[in-house]
Amino acid sequence: MAIQELTSLAGRLNDRRHSSVELTQSYLNRINGAGELNAFITIDEEFSLEQARRSDKRRAKGRTLSPLDGIPIAHKDIFCTKGMLTSCGSHILDNFISPYDATVIEHFNRSGAVILGKTNMDEFAMGSSGETSWYGIIKNPWDTGRVPGGSSAGSAAALAAGLCPAATGTDTGGSIRQPAAFCGVTGFKPSYGRVSRYGMIAFASSLDQGGPIARSAQDAAIMMDVMAGFDERDSTSVPQDDVHFSSELGAELRGLRIGIPGEFFGAGLDDSVEKAVRDAIKTYEDMGAQIREVSLPNSELCVPCYYVIAPSEASSNLSRFDGVRFGHRATDYDDPIDMYMKTRAEGFGPEVKRRVMIGTFALSAGYYDAYYNKALKLRRLIAEDFDKAFEDCDVLMGPTTPTTAFPIGDKTDDPIAMYLNDIFTIPVNLAGLPGISIPAGFDASGLPVGLQIIGRYFEDARVLSVAHQYQRQNDWHLRQPEGYHS
Amino acid sequence: MALDRKTVIDIATLARIGIDPDNVDDYASELSKILKFVAQMDQVDTEKVEPLTHPQDRQLRMRMDRVTETDQREGFQQLAPAVEAGLYLVPRVIE
Repeated sequence: MAIQELTSLAGRLNDRRHSSVELTQSYLNRINGAGELNAFITIDEEFSLEQARRSDKRRAKGRTLSPLDGIPIAHKDIFCTKGMLTSCGSHILDNFISPYDATVIEHFNRSGAVILGKTNMDEFAMGSSGETSWYGIIKNPWDTGRVPGGSSAGSAAALAAGLCPAATGTDTGGSIRQPAAFCGVTGFKPSYGRVSRYGMIAFASSLDQGGPIARSAQDAAIMMDVMAGFDERDSTSVPQDDVHFSSELGAELRGLRIGIPGEFFGAGLDDSVEKAVRDAIKTYEDMGAQIREVSLPNSELCVPCYYVIAPSEASSNLSRFDGVRFGHRATDYDDPIDMYMKTRAEGFGPEVKRRVMIGTFALSAGYYDAYYNKALKLRRLIAEDFDKAFEDCDVLMGPTTPTTAFPIGDKTDDPIAMYLNDIFTIPVNLAGLPGISIPAGFDASGLPVGLQIIGRYFEDARVLSVAHQYQRQNDWHLRQPEGYHS
Repeated sequence: MALDRKTVIDIATLARIGIDPDNVDDYASELSKILKFVAQMDQVDTEKVEPLTHPQDRQLRMRMDRVTETDQREGFQQLAPAVEAGLYLVPRVIE
């Protein structure tokens, strides 16, 4: 079966060309044949096939629940799935069989979609390369010597290799968009508050947002139709009208004002990435959009600001992993404190420990004002930079990442070099805006380049629609890596 | 700022993460590098800026003070490393 977008898969199910069981089995077979990518943590074939059988029965009775009924979807292992291991890529949750479903999973279940499996990820979503998981390094199907990006590494790698037709991810500082760029797929981070965080294991609560990794912006919109919506159980969920994202893809590009932040094209940006991104922007201009220069003056300080706020929130969120109520507990200890210290020493990997310690320091008495509060103030200036830029334009465009996928091991000894991967994605999280990465060509080594499109707060539909118009003009998003052709 | 050994040990204790004494110097050097990196924030004068805790400056929604959760203690406790008589067990705190 050739590579399929969600609409054509749904069409094939409707035409009875495949059953959901056949479709699900074919993806399970592909997953089994691509173990070298290490894209999945959990596969439960019987569970998936049972869901598929139920979908086939519904279809036979003409009672399908949604356009995704019977379509297998892979989920990042950060979303709690009832009765299934939900590890978040961490040793400390290696035995955590979730007693409940995340709201996002509930939504997919209600839509009749099949859970295809749980994808591998950087531990607690802390990583930009897919190298920090307790379950091992995830590989990029375009070049298995290179990283797929992170933290939604398994979702992006699986999709690129055709192991699933679409997947979920989460994005705290770029964790959907950056791996999507490195793997040549489409990754959408919705506006903060658009998708429920209930049951999505928290890393940095004021930044985390779930979203789709899909073949195209249209597929991402179909996924958003299921994922988005107000949720009483998430106190940060924003009351919102039901938007049918996939019906709002017909953006008029004539007269669309596209802002190009000069700061996104400075030193450190790879030449071939810059060329591909400028070509993409030229395509928009040819389609009638107006291009204008804008400025986000505090861009350079976004990464430092983020590496105070995110670790601070993480140090608080991750305090729940103490070996008392769930998860790993050390075996020998003298008293409760000793038990916590040993449990967490054994359960967390080096990057998680690093960030929890930085966050603990930034929040500690005597340093709170100099670090945490300082970062919050800077965050306001960063958000205001976006407000100002959006006075003159409707969307912003630039590269998703400064380079294409780098070799495995290249940056593991230098945390700061690793953090700087997210220099163009982090600002978007700090301001809570919607952003998408779409494939925009390849560099000289044949590695995919991502174009990032950023929208105003809650203008998610516009971002998806602008991305979709580009994808109607080319087929970058449908290319597949050698050796993984389906 | 550069962290000394004592500060690293204090932070690790606050964070409840046991670290091997042999690794304290490595942590000190790594964490100091990160703190030096984030100190770039000081380039900007934020004296008169209000901190932004929510990306859109929203207040968290209030909800009615009523019970919405059902009792799932049994299911939840099946996940615990040690329970007895419906209680979570931890090492003795008071002699």
